[in-house]
Amino acid sequence: MSKKKHVLPGFRTSVGWTVTWVSLLVLLPLAALVGKTASGGWEHFWETVTDPEVVATYRVSFGISFIAALINGVFGFLAAWIFARYDFPGRRLLEAATDLPFALPTAVAGIALTALYSPSEWLGQYLEPLGIKIAFAPAGVLIAMIFIGFPFVVRAVQPVIEDLSADVEEAAACLGANRWQTIRYVILPPLLPALFTGIIMSYGRAVGEYGSIVFISGNIPFQTEITPLMIFQKLEQYDYTGAAALGFTMLLASLVIVLIGNRLQTWGNRFRKLA
Amino acid sequence: MASFIDFRNPPGSDRRADTAIRATAEPLWVRRVVIGIVALFFFFFLFLPLLVVFQGALAKGVDVLKEAFTDHDILHSIWMTLIVALITVPANTAFGIAAAWAITRYRFTGRQVLLALIDLPLWVSPVIGGLIYVLLYGRRGYFGPWLQAHDIKIIFALPGMVLATTFVTFPFVARSLIPLMQAQGVEEEEAALTLGASGLQILRRITLPKIRWGLFYGVILCNARAMGEFGAVSVVSAKISGKTNTMPLEIERLYNDYLFPQAFAVASALSLLALLTLSLKTLAEWKNRRQFEAGQRSLLEPTIEPLHP
Repeated sequence: MSKKKHVLPGFRTSVGWTVTWVSLLVLLPLAALVGKTASGGWEHFWETVTDPEVVATYRVSFGISFIAALINGVFGFLAAWIFARYDFPGRRLLEAATDLPFALPTAVAGIALTALYSPSEWLGQYLEPLGIKIAFAPAGVLIAMIFIGFPFVVRAVQPVIEDLSADVEEAAACLGANRWQTIRYVILPPLLPALFTGIIMSYGRAVGEYGSIVFISGNIPFQTEITPLMIFQKLEQYDYTGAAALGFTMLLASLVIVLIGNRLQTWGNRFRKLA
Repeated sequence: MASFIDFRNPPGSDRRADTAIRATAEPLWVRRVVIGIVALFFFFFLFLPLLVVFQGALAKGVDVLKEAFTDHDILHSIWMTLIVALITVPANTAFGIAAAWAITRYRFTGRQVLLALIDLPLWVSPVIGGLIYVLLYGRRGYFGPWLQAHDIKIIFALPGMVLATTFVTFPFVARSLIPLMQAQGVEEEEAALTLGASGLQILRRITLPKIRWGLFYGVILCNARAMGEFGAVSVVSAKISGKTNTMPLEIERLYNDYLFPQAFAVASALSLLALLTLSLKTLAEWKNRRQFEAGQRSLLEPTIEPLHP
């Protein structure tokens, strides 16, 4: 039957393999996650996710990462702009380096950032006399989250800037707009959806991040602990249902973030087609 | 020749050209300031951390570095990292090609669901990637008692680490190939079919050559992630140095033991891998910009429902 429906051969093989692979690697384990969460019962679930120490981690994992995403929005936008529009020595190097947080193992980034900002080391020694504490403080978590989320904004915005047609800018200039007005009213509006998408993606990455944060944060309860770390602690105590409850909650949160990102992207693509 | 008017540089047009540039570009000082800001950001957030790693590795001299790379536990962690990558990368490459083929060549029910599930590891916390296997195969997991009765160890052993790494890295190849194969269409494959080629011949002679740079891109990213994964693996590894530690886990152990030069030595090896990955990625870009971009965009813009782009 499949031969009639599909022209190219290999339907059964490729779909069969893919479905088997995905079922074993994703579906079955996810079912276990849901199952374990449910097996603990509602009371236990609610108790776990509203535990004061856990709630404090939400502030870090969902709050600080939001600030990081906004900061990445600003710098990512500027980087995307100069990559797309300006030519200057070192541009290719910077462009290639943009993906470094993507390629550098998170543990490496973690110890490097910690060494950079620890008191009495590299930058830390200059910041400490000023009373600025970064490593082992919420600011350190922020720095790590900026690091890992940065490429997302650049990658989301740059192609859209490159797609902008020059005529609208020329038209705006012909109609007497100064450069600032052109940017504000002509260039920026069609870029906003891509910018928001990049910020959301960068946010989503920071929410789930573990490796680069746990070193620099110092994991101080109620201050710099992140939610993924709580999952760890529950597992270490063999509290599987508690770990599952937290994992399930994070999964749902990430799902919501990705869905918002997708919605923004669809919205943005509509604008792109018009342009 | 004189009869041709040079529209680009008509005589005395310099001022008008200036005005045109001024109207559609930022003033020079704005450009310089923006480039300066971005360069500073790159310096502090990207270059300086890298510098710290290499400085930290060499701080105590080359001898310490040499010692580190002859240390049994560190060598074993390199070995573990290679084994995990050697299993997961080929497996995920095969899966990625099959998945991309299935998704771009056929329409079937559940296709979008399949696509969403392929994307899932891209947006989920890596710690969850380890957790779900503990819930299945861990001591108090669903299959735990059975595995214990048969003396099979998955969690806190190599199989669990391979599973978790496979989970985290399996979208890379598939996601690099799907938009590319979508854009390329199936005309050539269909032509080969009418000329009597078998499925495997089509794959080997037509499709693989067409997608090779996208495939290359996906494989190097998959490999970089497989060798560098920390969160997912640290959930399922027993973290015993010299036994179940991969390089990132060994870095954590050394760092927590205050063996900083050794920790940075291992970190510098992984940083070199990252730099190599970036260079190869740039090479792939240079070789085929379009193949590359399609893959890259889709990796950074994980989609759930509609297939993009």
